[in-house]
Amino acid sequence: MEQSTDWSRAEAGSIAAGVGQGRVRARTVIEAALARIARIDPAINAFTDVTADRALAAADALDARTAAGTPPGPLAGVPFAVKNLIDCAGLPTRAGSKINRERAPAGRDGALVRRLEAAGAILVGALNMGEYAYDFTGENVHDGDSRNPHGAGHMTGGSSSGSGGAIAAGLVPLTLGSDTNGSIRVPSAFCGCFGLKPTYGRLTRAGSFPFVNSLDHLGPMARSVADLALAYDAMQGLDPDDAVATARPAEPVLPGLDSGLGDLRIAVAGGYFARGGDPEAFAAVQVVARALSATRVVEIPEAARARAAAYLITAAEGAALHLDRLRTRPEDFDPAVRDRLIAGAMLPAPFVERAQRFRRWYRGAVADLFADVDVILAPSTPCRAPPRGQTHFTLDGVSLPVRANIGVFTQPISFIGLPVAAVPVWLDGGLPLGVQVIAAPWREDVALRVARVLERLGTVRAPIAELV
Amino acid sequence: MTTRDAPLPDLDAFASASAALLGLSLDPAWVAPVTANLRVLAAAADLVGGFPLPDEAEAAPVFEA
Repeated sequence: MEQSTDWSRAEAGSIAAGVGQGRVRARTVIEAALARIARIDPAINAFTDVTADRALAAADALDARTAAGTPPGPLAGVPFAVKNLIDCAGLPTRAGSKINRERAPAGRDGALVRRLEAAGAILVGALNMGEYAYDFTGENVHDGDSRNPHGAGHMTGGSSSGSGGAIAAGLVPLTLGSDTNGSIRVPSAFCGCFGLKPTYGRLTRAGSFPFVNSLDHLGPMARSVADLALAYDAMQGLDPDDAVATARPAEPVLPGLDSGLGDLRIAVAGGYFARGGDPEAFAAVQVVARALSATRVVEIPEAARARAAAYLITAAEGAALHLDRLRTRPEDFDPAVRDRLIAGAMLPAPFVERAQRFRRWYRGAVADLFADVDVILAPSTPCRAPPRGQTHFTLDGVSLPVRANIGVFTQPISFIGLPVAAVPVWLDGGLPLGVQVIAAPWREDVALRVARVLERLGTVRAPIAELV
Repeated sequence: MTTRDAPLPDLDAFASASAALLGLSLDPAWVAPVTANLRVLAAAADLVGGFPLPDEAEAAPVFEA
């Protein structure tokens, strides 16, 4: 008999346990999720496509397999949705753009969708995003802005805007996003959810529309650390279809997730990461640091240059990717994206090559830092979610364009592919803030362990917004 | 590479000439936002270029974290 749990608001681990133990059918879970999406999403605008028929068919198939005695998998019956730059069979992969929605429907799902479904999860749709992922705001001129469930007048952050909004609104317990310069960590902060940006190369990007090959990552977002770990473990593994996918074997994190802090050496990032933001951004870091008894401060060297180099590589590689479309259909781009891409196309090549050479130096310098520390804490964003439509904000007394500066603290970290667990902090009754729990390359296990400790202490949490 | 000493050139003219080289049609209304972005990119390039790197510091052929 099915219990009277509200499965539309349950976390992934609870759903998988319920389906696995026969306490609920996958169809019941999926019907509840679809009903909640239909009721709430019009106010949030997180979804661009709902794959209801496919989801119900998958649920029935899973229930049939379970009834026949086949183990249903670690994510059994878990509804999930993906940023619409990840291929979903039967849908054009629009990548937030007007132009791409004219493409032929994807012939098969992206690799990470296939891996999640192999673990029993069920795709229920594709999610809104900033055009071609060149965005930190969550605004989209083609599909409408995503709205922050914790404050509908405020930005969700981007470019994985629907991925953050869907989690915060409790529409699904698991989403996938992409992060080139902060696009998982920024909406995680603004929408008050957990996000994992793995090490560059850890999770395959095959079957997703690219932005900046040098910097693109895919990763999960969720309302609990355990759900991040469940999804992350299901998605690891080799993939020759992504040229930068690691040859390292999968390193599951779930077995050690609750091993605590042990003798981890944890420090707060000073210098660049302690200025140029609102006081609340740094207060959130201090709340996390106090909970972890982390008093040490380290300086990540040349972070401002790292951000500048990431900016250059992004502009140049993004422009090269889109040059033909800029030639033939420039009026069909979001103007804010088009103008940046055109400028990027005009960058002299030595500037970009220099940025790539600097990247290698910086990687070495930060690696030296990790010889002496295991975890570094830094703000995710310089402020809480700004009001939608705001073009400039004042940080440290300086007026700056919002769109280009929300990622000021995320860019120097993804620039060299470090793994980050983004954790949500609620300082008061206002909107949330985010803190980056940054670990050494390939140590997602460490970042998630620390995030799990913080979650158990109650220092970080990802509540569902009370909408209806 | 060292940081630029001279002021930026006429970026409107640079954008127009570059657009022609790239095969891009640059609507006059787009010139101001494009040059604004070019100024930001030039500042970023100056910042990166101001950091001394030896000639042997090569970009990774395939970057690995």
